[in-house]
Amino acid sequence: MSAARPPTAAEWLRPDSPEGDVVLSSRIRLARNFAGFPFVGRAKREDRRQILQIAKRDIMQGGLAPEVMWVDLNEVSSLERSVLVERHLISKQHAKGDEPRAVAISNPDERLSIMVNEEDHLRIQVIRGGLDLMGAFTQIDEIDDKIEAMSDYAFSSRFGYLTACPTNVGTGIRVSVMLHLPGLKLSGELEKVKRAANGMSLAVRGFYGEGSDAVGDFFQLSNQTTLGKSERDLLEEFEKQIVPKVVEYERLARRSLLEKRRVILEDRVHRALGTLRHARLLKSEEALEMLSFLRLGINLGVVEGVELATVNNLILLTQPAHLQRLAKHDMEQSERRVERATVVRKHLGGG
Amino acid sequence: MKRKCDRCDNEATVHEVVIRNGEKAEKHVCEGCAREDGFTVHAHAPISDLITKFVISQTKGEKSPVKVGVCGSCGLTFAEFKQQGVLGCPECYQTFEEQLSAMIERAHEGATHHIGKSPKRAGGSAGRHERITTLRKQLHDAITAEQYERAAALRDQLLRVEKPAAEREAAAESSKPQRGRGGSKA
Repeated sequence: MSAARPPTAAEWLRPDSPEGDVVLSSRIRLARNFAGFPFVGRAKREDRRQILQIAKRDIMQGGLAPEVMWVDLNEVSSLERSVLVERHLISKQHAKGDEPRAVAISNPDERLSIMVNEEDHLRIQVIRGGLDLMGAFTQIDEIDDKIEAMSDYAFSSRFGYLTACPTNVGTGIRVSVMLHLPGLKLSGELEKVKRAANGMSLAVRGFYGEGSDAVGDFFQLSNQTTLGKSERDLLEEFEKQIVPKVVEYERLARRSLLEKRRVILEDRVHRALGTLRHARLLKSEEALEMLSFLRLGINLGVVEGVELATVNNLILLTQPAHLQRLAKHDMEQSERRVERATVVRKHLGGG
Repeated sequence: MKRKCDRCDNEATVHEVVIRNGEKAEKHVCEGCAREDGFTVHAHAPISDLITKFVISQTKGEKSPVKVGVCGSCGLTFAEFKQQGVLGCPECYQTFEEQLSAMIERAHEGATHHIGKSPKRAGGSAGRHERITTLRKQLHDAITAEQYERAAALRDQLLRVEKPAAEREAAAESSKPQRGRGGSKA
């Protein structure tokens, strides 16, 4: 993988995006399979190699983005694979194993990533900072068209795009919005939002998606059904109704915290800043939790002199694989805690 | 409070209420006295037996006969699918359509048919996907069997089927297929 890649550029951590105080990123994923091959789970090694070849040809010659980097996952270290997971460019599952598989990433913006031979032949993903689902969809739709102009997808008129798991069949689309909801968490209203989301058959997940806990009050909201509703209807629902509602509630909760519990809020935020500036040992979850409070403080003007961009970058840099890559060597967990605290102090001007 | 038998000191476990000429007569006796009175008392059946019998009677007949199918294209059985949660190949959707339909409907909140984007080329010629699938499979078999002449012929056929993509696209461009939301605003 290219060493030239700037270690901090991640689309979803940009500070100046639409609704960026609450919405970290908008992500769309399409599950696609080539006609004429078994799905990945049942494909033999030789099939997988062929799928990889076809995908590589289509992706690298299709003009999908100005510059696309092809990463054969068997040719990079497990640390590099973990870095990709932390950057939300591949799934945990895709980082594992030794089967022929790859990921293509648009360079340097990392907006586009295509996992090849994950659960489906192709998992195309486009990510944008803040709330910009329509922008993400326009891009992914074009990319999908370009690939489809070169190879046939498995498709049926009844079930739509055919996927390995029937829960993805139809549009094969997964819309996912990463939200920062510390206000709702502090005011104890988060459960209400979660219940409402579940009622609309939306999934609420943690920072790292399926099976991960919500650390630092970051949540992913995504659709669970893919059949019977067009992409545009789903997106409109997300962008015009669901997400704005949650954003509104979160802002309301934040405002009410400011007005009614200002001291408590300030205390939380400044304690977090104190910990981040002076701790000598930091666990990954603790760092994320404290950064979450700090982010809230900056957005509410409770803290001055710390840039949102710095906090956003630290969210990524304090992850285990990023830390090790920065330090240029593997580290034990105890070593990482020291290193994490050091990196955070350095970025936040602590002592 | 446990009730004593009307006749002895044992616990009353058999209870009878008789209403005769508008008058209620209750009788509470123990198992032994009940037998003497001519009641047939069933020994307590274990609750688990009762539940089992109940469940069996409920599920009998209701269970639709599950077809034991095997996908002709990839060899996956429905049992394997149920175990792994993923299908073997695109053809599995046809092979197991009957069983899958209900499952898909449940997973997608009652939806049974796709609405939304479809590949531009899919509408072009029916059976094209199946043709490509068959050809690829035959080609693969030919190569494994080291029948290279046959393989070359199959490859050419495959190219012919796959190639008209560009022309097909040009045609599709003029009659823009519907994408995204269906239907037109009247």
